[in-house]
Amino acid sequence: MTAAVYAARKRLDAVLISKDLGGQPMWAGRIENYMGYQYIEGFELMSKFEEQVKQFPLEQKIGPQAISVIRIDGGFGVTTDGGEKFQAKAVIVASGKRPRQLGVPGEEQFKGKGVTYCSVCDGPVFSGQKVAVIGGGNAALEAIDDMVKIAEHVYVVSVTPFTGDQILVERVRAAGNMTEFLEHEVLSISGDKLVNGIEIRDLKSREKKKLDLSGIFVEIGLSPNSELVKGLAALNAQGEIVVNCRNETDVPGLFAAGDVTNVPEKQIVISAGEGAKAALQAHKYLQRL
Amino acid sequence: MAAKEVKVYSTPTCPWCRKAKQWLDANKIPYTDFNVAQDHAARDEMVKKSSQTAVPTIFIDGEIVVGFNEPVLKEKLGIK
Repeated sequence: MTAAVYAARKRLDAVLISKDLGGQPMWAGRIENYMGYQYIEGFELMSKFEEQVKQFPLEQKIGPQAISVIRIDGGFGVTTDGGEKFQAKAVIVASGKRPRQLGVPGEEQFKGKGVTYCSVCDGPVFSGQKVAVIGGGNAALEAIDDMVKIAEHVYVVSVTPFTGDQILVERVRAAGNMTEFLEHEVLSISGDKLVNGIEIRDLKSREKKKLDLSGIFVEIGLSPNSELVKGLAALNAQGEIVVNCRNETDVPGLFAAGDVTNVPEKQIVISAGEGAKAALQAHKYLQRL
Repeated sequence: MAAKEVKVYSTPTCPWCRKAKQWLDANKIPYTDFNVAQDHAARDEMVKKSSQTAVPTIFIDGEIVVGFNEPVLKEKLGIK
């Protein structure tokens, strides 16, 4: 969104294409490190970003998702999931990250049917039921902390011991309605119309176990939304788009900004700054053509 | 044309639920909001009718829209 504002202020003939406006900060509760606000909720901050974008006469395509960027004569071709095509002399990819998936049988089938990646949103739907939280980091521990208060029982499945903050570990252990399956992996998710169970395996003893439950919260980190430039631009081992300090990829005219890139530290203030920088660099690139 | 019946099944902590309701308000679409975090009968109805557990789930004259999807909502509500 920041790149869009900068592009609009440079009077570039630009279009903003995004599945939604807000991205990851929408899920953030308290934000206390975005300058200008001592405290703001992610939702409120993103609403303000959106208002700021809307005050500029910039074409917006909100809803369709860009799924591929290819090189064409004189620039780039961008295609959306709805099949819409755009042409541009320069492209800025600022597509962020998304929750990482388990990649086990049943996950795709039961997505939204018991399998969820947002405990903040969907957690309360499972009040009084048995659920599993997958993961052992801070995001998983926060999900466990939310769910022990509302679910009947919470199973925790993680391939590692808890890696998050000890204070959170102590808090969730004190709840009394949690069972830990640490150093266990998820083998499959089962169900009928909705999820009804999960099969796990002890990484040491190789012993398998089935748990009956109705909700599965997957909290195992994030994946960059870089598929749209795969094969076009260089990605690092994590799948992030490799950019230099000018937000240039290895393809002239293709820029990237924010969490989808290899820029160190994934923070709202950094992504916003990177978006501004990418738009200014794209403007300079267009002037040089 | 008679107004369509709109029901929103939401949780108070879900940002896209807030976004969806803000959007309906801004477009002056009357709707009934069910807080499925507290109203378990509404939750069960949502899950039974939509065969899924994500919020927001929006029923427009019985048609189901999951999540906040502005183009789809516009189409179903006849908003240009």
